[in-house]
Order: sequence, then C-alpha cells, then structure tokens
Amino acid sequence: MNGMTATGTAVLDTPGGNQSEAGTVGHWKLVWRRFRRHKLAMVSGGVLLVIYLVAVFAEFIAPYGASTRFGDHQYAPPQIIRPIDTTDGFDLGMFADGYQVEVNEESQRRTMSTDPSQTRELGFFVQGEEYELFGLIPMDRHLIGPKDPEQPVFVLGTDRLGRDMLSRIVHGTRISMSIGLVGVAASMVLGIIIGGASGYFGGAVDTAAQRVIEFIMSIPTLPLWMTLAAALPQDWGPLMKYFAITVILSMIGWTELARVVRGRFLALREEDFVEAARLDNCGTFRIMHKYMLPSFTSHIIAALTLAIPAMILAETALSFLGLGLQPPAVSWGVLLNEAQNVRSLVAAPWLLIPGIPVVIAVLALNFVGDGLRDAADPYN
Amino acid sequence: MMTQFIVRRVLYMIPTLIAISIVTFLIIQAPPGDYLTTVVAKLEAEGAYVDRSQLDALRERYGLDDPLWSQYWTWISGIVTEGDFGRSLVYDAPVADVIQDRMGFTILLSLSTLAFVWAVAIPIGMYSAVKRYSIGDYAATFVGFLGLAIPNFLFALVLLYVSHRYFGQSVGGLFSPEYEDARWNLGKLLDLLAHVWIPVIIIGTAGTAGMIRIVRANLLDELNRPYVTTARAKGLPERRLLVRYPSRIAASPIVSTIGWLLPSLISAEIIVSVVLSLPTTGPVMLKALESQDMYLAGGFLLILSVLTVIGTLISDILLARLDPRIRYGKR
Repeated sequence: MNGMTATGTAVLDTPGGNQSEAGTVGHWKLVWRRFRRHKLAMVSGGVLLVIYLVAVFAEFIAPYGASTRFGDHQYAPPQIIRPIDTTDGFDLGMFADGYQVEVNEESQRRTMSTDPSQTRELGFFVQGEEYELFGLIPMDRHLIGPKDPEQPVFVLGTDRLGRDMLSRIVHGTRISMSIGLVGVAASMVLGIIIGGASGYFGGAVDTAAQRVIEFIMSIPTLPLWMTLAAALPQDWGPLMKYFAITVILSMIGWTELARVVRGRFLALREEDFVEAARLDNCGTFRIMHKYMLPSFTSHIIAALTLAIPAMILAETALSFLGLGLQPPAVSWGVLLNEAQNVRSLVAAPWLLIPGIPVVIAVLALNFVGDGLRDAADPYN
Repeated sequence: MMTQFIVRRVLYMIPTLIAISIVTFLIIQAPPGDYLTTVVAKLEAEGAYVDRSQLDALRERYGLDDPLWSQYWTWISGIVTEGDFGRSLVYDAPVADVIQDRMGFTILLSLSTLAFVWAVAIPIGMYSAVKRYSIGDYAATFVGFLGLAIPNFLFALVLLYVSHRYFGQSVGGLFSPEYEDARWNLGKLLDLLAHVWIPVIIIGTAGTAGMIRIVRANLLDELNRPYVTTARAKGLPERRLLVRYPSRIAASPIVSTIGWLLPSLISAEIIVSVVLSLPTTGPVMLKALESQDMYLAGGFLLILSVLTVIGTLISDILLARLDPRIRYGKR
C-alpha cells in the first residue's frame, strides 16, 4: 500500500508547475514569455534592478559617506555637471563649479551659491573616503567623485549640516528598498498560512479569518502605525527599530495577501488534481504544500510585488513624521523629514529630491507587479 | 427585510468595536513603565511643574495599581458612560475636549474629500472605459499611476513650496489669520471654502487614482454583457444606454469601496494636516505620540477607528438598498 502511494505521488508531484511533456513549454517559461510582452513592466524591471544594485553597492556608488559633514558647505545648491570646460582652453571630462558664500547684509544670513569662476573636475573610480564594501573588503575607490578630495562637488546639494544629498540618497536606498522586501517576506508567511487555512478548510476557520481581516482593514492604517511606532521603547537601537517597524508594517500588510491566497485556494480546492491527491490518501499539509502552492506561486509573487510599494510608502511616511526610523539611520523618509517646515524648504528646495526615488521605485514596482499579475496565468 | 439586514449588520459591528477598544487599550499600555511615570518624567525634564495630589487622584481614577483587565474596564466604561477618555497631560485638559475641537474638521475634510474623489473619479473612470485605449484613457491611467506613487505628504510639500516661492502666500491652515479665532459667520464660511479645496485635492489624489481604476474595470466588465448589446441593437442612444444600465450595476462596487477608501482618506488626512498645519486631528495626534501622551493618542485612534467602522456600516446599508442580492444574504 505504501509503495503504491509513493509511486502515485511521484507521478503527481509535478502538477501545473512543470508539465514537461515532450514538445510543450514549462510553466515558468510561459510566464516569462508573457511577461516579456509587457514593455512597461520590462523597463520597470530594469529600473528596479538598477535601484537594488545601488542599494547593494551603496558605499561604492556614493561619492561620500552617509554622515560625512562638510562644515563649510551648508545648504550648498545642486548643480549640473558639464561635459566640456572652456575656462582653461578646451577640455573634455566632467566639470562643475566651485562654491562661494554670500552674506546677506540685512539678515546676516549666509547663503551658498555656485561660483562659475572656479572649476572642479570629477572623475570615475576616484580615490576618496575609505570604507569597507559589505563590511569586509577595505576600499577607497568611489564610482564617481571629485578628482581632488579637497574640492568637493555636491551634484544634488547639501543639507543643513553640509552633508551630500546624493550620497545620503544612495545610502538611504538600502533601508528604503529592503524594508519593503523584509516586510513583505514577513507578511507572506502570515498571509499564506492564514489565507491558506481559510481557503482550504472553509467553514468556521474561514469565517474567523475573514472577520479578523475585515477588522484589521477597517482601522485607518496610518494612525495605527503611528501609535504602534510611538509605543516602541525609545532606547532601542537603529537595528531593533528597523525590525520593529518592519514587523509593525507587516502585521497589517498581510491581509491583502491572505485574501489572494484564500481566493486561489478556494478555486483550486475543487480541481481534479487536488481531488486525485486526496483520493491517494495524501495528507492535508502535503496537498497544500506540494500540489496547490506550486500551481499559484506566480500569483503569490505578483501579489507580493504589489505589496512592496505600500510598505515603502508607509515607511517613508512614518519616518517623515519622525516616528519611524531615526537618524543616524538613513532612509528616504528620514531624509524627507528634514524638509518638514516651510523655512528650510524655501532655503533649500533640493531637500525634496529624496522624494523622486520614492516615486520612481513605487511606480516601477507597481508596473512590474501588474506585468507579473497578467503573466501569472499564461494559459488563457 | 431591510430593517432585519440593518439590525444584523449593527450587531455584527459590536464585536468589531470591542476588538478595536481592546487593541487601542493594549497600545496605550504598550510603552514600558507606568503611563503616568513616563509622562511625569517627561514633563519634569521639560521643567514643567507637576502637582503630586493631582497625580495621586489620577492614579486612583484609572486604577493604575489594579490588574490590566480591570484597568481596561475602568477605561472603557468611563468612555461609554460619561465620554471620559482620560486626561491629556501634555495639554492639561480632558482628552475629550482636545479631541472635540479637532474632530469636526477631520470629519468635514474626510467627507469633502470623499465627495471630491467620487466627483472626479467616476466621470473619468467611465470615460476611460468607454473610450478604451484612447489618448484620454492613457492620460487618465498615467495620472492615476502618478497619484498612487506620489506620497501625499510629498505632494503637499511641493505645493507648499510652490505657493510660497511663486505666489508669496502660504497654503497652510484652513482659515486666513483674521478669521482664525472669529465666531462662525458667512465670511468665515467663505474663507473656509477658499482654503479647504487645497487639502481636499492633496488628500484625494491617491484615492481618486485608485477609484478611476476600479470604475474603469467595473464598467468594462459590464459593457461586454449581452444586455448591453441587446439595448444597443434596439436602438437606444449610446449615452442613455450607458447611464441607464451598465453604470448602475457598476456603481455598487463603488459604494462598497467606502470601506477601504475612508480609512485611507483618514490616514492621508492626518499626514497632510501635519504638513499644512491644519486644525484637524493630525498635528495633535503627532504631538501626543511624540511625547507618548498615550491616553490622548489612544483616544484619537479609538474615535477614528470607530468613525471608520460607522462609515463602512453606512456604505453597507446604502449598498443593500442598491443591490437586493446583498439584502437577502447572497453574494
């Protein structure tokens, strides 16, 4: 009897996932083919790849460290890099202006502006601050930076303490982009377990799970997040805070995923191959895990991708309000926190630049998610 | 039938409300240490004077030495029977008073935004569905995506900067300075109307974007139905056909979206109010949270959640009026 079951499942072990009959194409290949037709999703996929590469190699890509201060360059404005320099003959390369300080006679305010009479040259793979790539490999080369470290150039300007905005945005990519991934991973576990149980067993389990989901969805999320984040102990370090915020975000974020999983389970429960597995005396967990899950993995991936942007936006909003991550941690939301009042906004509108990567990342994730959702079911 | 539905729905609401109150209470209790000692330490660090006898009275009043469930009972029964939400130590006033001043504008703002979202999203969504793949449709889709991707506080900040830089005036607040403390009269009302549209647009963008997609998808589903073809074959003018049949059926999911639209609008309202310093719940709630004035923060959380639940209830009742299938308990 045992032997029978074993052979039975061995044949059935590849349902939907990989119907590798001669001449037909595998499921994932079909998904990929369908996804490739979605131009916007493909482009967005490329954009995302670049963003995550920036996150991984942040120290190398940023010209300076995240908290390096240039005390005499506070609120330096952004400037455009010129490919040609004509101050001293004709040179090709990357050039920027120097900086000068103007003192307003009336208000005694110091403002920085660019000084076109000076020229500073930038280069690729220049020597700069020392750092350790991945915390292991000591290096001092930066992808882009001033050739003379004594003459810094701030492409996106500096903040109140004279810290380079570009470097801070690049370093912030790491937290902003990873918090979405980690948060979604956490909510995936909850969503699949609860949604799966709800869809597979139905009845009382389903009703209970649905009530809980409805309850969570009925509470306005931001006040709840704010209150939970504010209730965290204030002496927690940045890393603890990071994980606590992720947990808070995913505690609410799992509901949507649970709905998707439940819906798929409800649809699949009546399918023939599931019935066959059940008749083969297959355990409940094995049916779920081996037969049902693989046949909608692509749906789950699509739903996960669509859940990431909400997490990124939530973290940005919380940190912007000063309730999420705190400096010295750097995320795009923490950077935007600097732009909270009108006065600093008028003095330095470039403090809003960290909002641009947020919008780009969220758009790209949405497009990729849409593309994946369309491609998840490539059979019709 | 209808009354029966409403009664059932209201009864359903009770466990939800209890759950909300328990969650809120647990959050109030979450900061480590006794609630009062936290606040006192904070106030003393700021150099404020704290009256000992007042503290002891509070300790007694909230039974802070009792077990947790009994504290919960004291708290919730105070709210239900006397509307006593506790005392905000930062404002040195009853929480109920602080909330009352602010909640009116929050409700006003949320409801106007809801109206704005519908007024804008439904025509655009219908246009997008009818003129599918036209330039207008693509434009609507694009704007919709932008609306979803731009955090509303960022939108508010940009508008704040632009108005300050190019028009030399601030968009913050709901009133001009001369009306700020004035009594209600026609002038104040007009002044409010002149200010309120900016936050309404900012808060409404994300919701509008989502709503356009829903309306478009719903109407597209309906437009391919045989009854539409029949009506068209019978020679009904296109415009009348659209208004009479498919849009009525497409409308019911629109009403049901209040359930998710309202919470998201309230979330947006809070953060936008902080940026634009509006006299709504947002800034006060943030201030309460920053100083861990948890009774005040918890009071806001509780009331906002309860309001959302009531909003959802109203939308469900409206929906049942629109769609008899729901009334009879079949979905």
